[in-house]
Amino acid sequence: MAARRARRDRATGGGLAVRFDDEPVPGYPLPILPGHTSPGRFERVLRAGGFAVTTELAPPDSADPEDVYRRARVFDGFVDAINATDGSGANCHMSSLAVCALLTRIGYAPIMQISCRDKNRIAIQGDILGGAAMGVCNMLCLTGDGVQAGDHPQAKPVFDLDCMSLLEIARALRDDHHFQSGRKITFAPRVFLGAAENPSALPHAWRAQRLAKKIAAGAQFIQTQYVFDLALLRAFMDHVEALGIQDRVFILVGVGPLRSAKAAEWMRRHVPGMHVPDAVIARLAGAADQAREGRLICIELIQQIREIRGISGVHIMAYRQEESVAEIVDRSGVLQGRVCWYPGRDTPLESRRTAV
Amino acid sequence: MYALRLWSVRHARGLNAFYRGFERLLVRSSPLLRAIGYARLERPVARVEKAVKGLLFDCRMCGQCVLSATGMSCPMNCPKTLRNGPCGGVRDDGTCEVKPEMRCVWVEAYHGSERIPGGLAAMSTVQAAVDQRLQGRSSWLRVVRAATEPPAAGSP
Repeated sequence: MAARRARRDRATGGGLAVRFDDEPVPGYPLPILPGHTSPGRFERVLRAGGFAVTTELAPPDSADPEDVYRRARVFDGFVDAINATDGSGANCHMSSLAVCALLTRIGYAPIMQISCRDKNRIAIQGDILGGAAMGVCNMLCLTGDGVQAGDHPQAKPVFDLDCMSLLEIARALRDDHHFQSGRKITFAPRVFLGAAENPSALPHAWRAQRLAKKIAAGAQFIQTQYVFDLALLRAFMDHVEALGIQDRVFILVGVGPLRSAKAAEWMRRHVPGMHVPDAVIARLAGAADQAREGRLICIELIQQIREIRGISGVHIMAYRQEESVAEIVDRSGVLQGRVCWYPGRDTPLESRRTAV
Repeated sequence: MYALRLWSVRHARGLNAFYRGFERLLVRSSPLLRAIGYARLERPVARVEKAVKGLLFDCRMCGQCVLSATGMSCPMNCPKTLRNGPCGGVRDDGTCEVKPEMRCVWVEAYHGSERIPGGLAAMSTVQAAVDQRLQGRSSWLRVVRAATEPPAAGSP
């Protein structure tokens, strides 16, 4: 673990590693380094030992690509990858595949979320190939919320696969070059595979074991559900270490700003798997500016999470507060001066003007 | 029946032991089963299996039973039909995200597996995706054939 921390310090110290030596034209894949499975930036940052920051883009209820780009731009410079959610909360939005295709066009590093709720294995495997063909380097394999949680409770829940069998199928596509049926593919999707975990959900004692199972099925990184209770997270990480799997997966812990005590109360009652301790709600309720206090709690959590051994980054979920992500990352100081890549980062404004 | 399903998980150890004995018995009687013909047996056996396992486990006849790896808590009762562990939506009181009136199938499976020797290890092996073609078919006969016949290519 000390080795990983040392690698992190080398990679991030003094604002280094802002530019890779083999930086391609935006939108083009990076060369795949030995030991890597994807040509993406996100895997690069993690494997270089950097403390990574990811966030979530809420796909628009619109067919306008500019709506996607506008939502991505607010994160410029402060995140290493952007999750494109797949009908999150079982609500209908633009598809994650389409959001990712738009983002990769101009070089963003999206994480394509794949939920088992809405598609069977034929559709999902097609999406994995299609996503990879359009430059998606990271895919997050999820079971998905039940349809009862969303705006179409009358829909048919598919769940042909679960997150675990989805991981196995995606890995087989990448490493063994075949569909689940055994039929060969001619060019494998070069992807970095992720999964979700919830350290705060029951049965607590088995959550790390479940993570081990996901690693066995093919998970290379995980992003967790919101964590507000660090005692639960530490207990989870102790289990992870006891199983000896901490070096076989990159763990990004889910955090996010709570807007108010009332919103927090609503979320813990209605958002599946969300665990908010009473103390957090009491602290919000007692603050003069509750939204500000929510951001402050988030910043403090990020700083404390960074100190926990075995954790490689944070995943910031700020639904309808996306504009606060930059401030939260900045004030938490976890990037240590590193400026995450975004379209146009390395191009001086003048030359961009003359180029147009 | 829900109450009986919970009872089965509480008695996972005994049921698992019984199941193993039953499986040995079935495998030993495979010459007889083969003589009668698996195709002819399929419907009556499936009907008996559905009645027994339906009563004890709320069995959904997926045709590829994994009860011994799930602490005798049938994973097909999970509204997401998860076969590899609980989702992240389990409520703090251990009930299901989708059906709050039901205990999470996998929280139950965890407790059941604790009662079975080697149960937690069995629960930790990755289960492949369900073969939808086997829906409604007898899992018992399938186990016997898998144990006594060489696998035929492409057969479910």
